[in-house]
Amino acid sequence: MNAPSDLTCQELVELVTDYLEQTLAPAERARFEEHLAGCPGCQIYLGQMRQTLKLLGTLSEDSIEPAARDQLLRTFQHWKRDAEAE
Amino acid sequence: MRDNRSSDAQDTQPGQQSAAHALRPLTAAQGPAATVPSPDGEPSAAGDDAALADTRLLAALRAGDEAAFLQLVDRYHASLLRLALMHVSNRQVAEEVVQETWLAVLLGLKQFEGRSALKTWIVRILLNKAKTRAQREGRSVPFSSLPALDVEADEPSVEPERFHSPDHPQWPSHWAAPPHTWESVPEQRLLARETRRRLREAIAALPAQQQEVILLRDIEGWTAAEVCNTLALSETNQRVLLHRARSKVRRALERYFDEE
Repeated sequence: MNAPSDLTCQELVELVTDYLEQTLAPAERARFEEHLAGCPGCQIYLGQMRQTLKLLGTLSEDSIEPAARDQLLRTFQHWKRDAEAE
Repeated sequence: MRDNRSSDAQDTQPGQQSAAHALRPLTAAQGPAATVPSPDGEPSAAGDDAALADTRLLAALRAGDEAAFLQLVDRYHASLLRLALMHVSNRQVAEEVVQETWLAVLLGLKQFEGRSALKTWIVRILLNKAKTRAQREGRSVPFSSLPALDVEADEPSVEPERFHSPDHPQWPSHWAAPPHTWESVPEQRLLARETRRRLREAIAALPAQQQEVILLRDIEGWTAAEVCNTLALSETNQRVLLHRARSKVRRALERYFDEE
């Protein structure tokens, strides 16, 4: 039995970002997908990368603390007063 | 030369505004941009809308509209804080840097010509302030003395020993120790505080440029074009930095999920 395509696993992991960013040329993309279709290890790798991105997205869920917001509002009011006095 | 990151209230060069589109919230409720790939640098209707939204918001800010300012603060403050925390030692200092940034934004409003997107401009101010502060703290070397990004440097995404050797008779350079699926990791564990702590730790361990890129792309949900503009990177270098950063963060998560 031969490898699923002429692309190796070690090469595929270096192309994962280009693949997800959709910057692979059509022929390269086809090679990538051909390998992927026959390689459970690389399917899992790509799945982990997608999961990683999903988890990174959850880190943006904080919001501003009310005290900091109030302070900024005062900063703005000062700025406005100074700007009007000019 | 990184001349367009060298001073606070500096605007971008003409011709960059088409790429620096989308004044969408940095707190990307829609998830990381990578899951919704968008073509790089293509001027779009969304870009025009964002430019228009920027213009309106700027006019309101200059007219002293409190609601407009608070809208801006609510949209970007948390993102700015995360960016600042990559450069300075603690949360209090980061908060100060962000407060200074907002003041600089207000003071610079009059000079801001709108040639870059508002958020690009704000983030540049933040990064300059955070880096200055970090230098004062003796926490980092001046940016200009850092080695330039070496895209040729060999930095494999996965440890080479996890693959068969290139001269393996049947499986050259194919997985010898393939990754294990995370499908069986319970949702609770995936989303646990500890997982988030490990993610933050993995990001903190990255070189500065990789940190900036992965934070803006995958946490804040910026497009590639926006990141290239803000950090003065070519598309290729942006992608190399993103690839290295993501690969290392995945490895850190793999180590963590494989522990048990």
